[in-house]
Order: sequence, then structure tokens, then C-alpha cells
Amino acid sequence: MEGYLLILVGTVFVNNIVMVKILGLCPFMGVSRKLETALGMGAATTFVLTLGSGTSYLVNKYLLGPDLAYLTTLSFIVVIAGIVQFTEMAIRKTSPVLYQVLGIYLPLITTNCAVLGIPLLNVQAKHDFVESLFFGMGGALGFSLALILFAGIRERIEAADVPGIFRGSAIAMVTAGLMSLAFMGFAGLVK
Amino acid sequence: MLTAVFVMAGLALAIGAVLGFAAIRFRVEGHPLVEKIDAILPQTQCGQCGFPGCKPYAQAIAEGNAEINQCPPGGEENIHKLADLLGAEFKPLNAAHGVPKPRSVAVIDEELCIGCTLCTQACPVDAILGAAKQMHTVIAAECTGCELCLAPCPVDCIHMLPVGESIGSWKWKYPVFPLTRAA
Repeated sequence: MEGYLLILVGTVFVNNIVMVKILGLCPFMGVSRKLETALGMGAATTFVLTLGSGTSYLVNKYLLGPDLAYLTTLSFIVVIAGIVQFTEMAIRKTSPVLYQVLGIYLPLITTNCAVLGIPLLNVQAKHDFVESLFFGMGGALGFSLALILFAGIRERIEAADVPGIFRGSAIAMVTAGLMSLAFMGFAGLVK
Repeated sequence: MLTAVFVMAGLALAIGAVLGFAAIRFRVEGHPLVEKIDAILPQTQCGQCGFPGCKPYAQAIAEGNAEINQCPPGGEENIHKLADLLGAEFKPLNAAHGVPKPRSVAVIDEELCIGCTLCTQACPVDAILGAAKQMHTVIAAECTGCELCLAPCPVDCIHMLPVGESIGSWKWKYPVFPLTRAA
């Protein structure tokens, strides 16, 4: 039990996927303009990543095995794209409300490198099934945390008096760099 | 090598089969084009196009039963957007359905109102507040300026008031440059 908690804390804070591993920067810069979109994207990513790491584990363990290890990247891409499409259709039919919240972000996630990166890191770290699930969920929660914090800061910056040459993406990059530095402070949290 | 090909082909086939099944099992009724057209229309629900609201008009456009130039509140800008969406030619607004007016809201002269509730029944967006024999009033933020409440009022106590510019409604003006003849 303690191991799972360590994985969760480790992925959310210490090895935050955006801030420390520098994965998934495209949605991090792209959908962080507003807090609501950041929340929607975070929720959708959490959903897909948890599901994706579980399924990828099963594919890797039972379909590929050690002989076909060189197919992991390729097959994970196919599997994740399939899962995302399937969830989108299922959600659209079963829960229109949830679809409105997550709908437009789900296809965006299909080719998100964080979503592919976490299953690959799972394979590297030789996690078992439950550990993979926790690793996926932790990574996604870390992603959501970074995204939501960043969106909050960007909303404030919109109203701030930023020097002309720094407006827009430039100040966002500076902010992201400072946030990344701040997350380095978690480095000694888990021994 | 051959196993790898078989594994990937099998994986792709399995996922394809699942998605194909899902597409049939989770089919969602509804016309995506109608939603898109409806999103462009101004949602005044005024009925000037000859249909009982924006959604039915969108439906009629999607089915090819109506022209795109029947919506006066939307004006030319809306017709351009609809023409872009549907790949159709731009047509000027059909004057038979009315002319665009400045955006306005209904105001009830509360001295004259007799509390007959006829206007509350006519309002398509439930923007008029009031009960029988009580004075009515219009919720300005909800009113779409469709003028449907003007006709039923027996004492003619409702009139339209153009919405002026305020901090909430102010927009950048289109840049207009005077054309000067080159020397």
C-alpha cells in the first residue's frame, strides 16, 4: 500500500511529467489560456491515461512479451488511439454532460506525448498491473496540477502590465520555466 | 519478423472491430449540420424567418427547405458565415422577412400595464416576469429583442428601446480608412 502512495506522490510532485520530465508541453502551452479549458483537459487526460496505462500493460505483458519488445511504441500508439476513440463514442452515447466537458479534448489527447510516454516509462520501470495504473493516474494528476496552476497564473498575467516584447507566448515560457524550477524543490521529498 | 507482422495486424484488426462495433452500438441520433447552423443563428427565437424558432430554421436549411437569407437579426454577417459553412453563394438579406435593426430590448411601461399575462405567453425566451393582475417587467439581460410581445399587448404599453453602448457591450470598431487618390 505504501508503495502505491509513494508512486502517486512521486509522479505528481517529484517527477511531475510536465515540469520535470518535460513531456506533454503542447497541451500545456495550448489549452492553458483559461482555467475551464485547463480543468476539462486535465480531467480528460486523467481518464485516458489511467485507462491507457492499464491496457498498454496488458498488451505489453500478454501480446508482445520480451521477444517483440521493439514493437512497444508502435503498438501503444495504436492501442491508445483506439481506446480514446472508443471512450469518446461510449461517453457521447451514455453521458452527454460528461461529453460536453471532455468531448473536444479527447481527440487532442490521442497524440499527446505524455499519454504515450507514461506507458513506455511503465515498461522501463517494470511496473506490475496495479502499479501501472497508479503510475498512469499519478502522472495524469501531476499533469492536471501543472496545467491548472499554469492556467491560473496565465489568467492573472493577462491582466498584468507586461512589457510589450514579453507579451503572449514569451511571458508564458518564462512562467513555465519558473514553475519548473519551483517543482525542482520537491526533488528530495521521497527518499 | 512474421510474428511481428501478425501481432500488429491482429491488434489493428481487433481495435478496428471494436471501433466498428462501437460506431453501431453507440450511434448518436442527431444531425451535426443542424447543430452547426444553429450555433451561427443569433438565437433570438423571433420567428421572422417564417419558422417557429432558430432550431427549426436551422433544420430547414440543413434539409434544403429554406434559403440562408431569411434571418434579419443575424444580418449580412450571419449570411456570410452560413454561406461559408454550407459552401453556398452569398445572397443579400431577403427583405420580405424584415430588415436588420439596432439591437434593442423590450421595456414595459409599468404605469400602463394591466397585468394580463398575454406578453409573458408570447415571449419565446421567458424574459417577462409577472403574474395575473400584477405589473409585469422585462428582464433586460434575457430579452432578445424579437418584438413578439408587442402585438399581443392590449394596452400597447411595451416599446422597444435600442441598447446603447455600455462597458459590457462595447466592441472595437472596424477600421475604416478613407480612400485617397494617389497623386
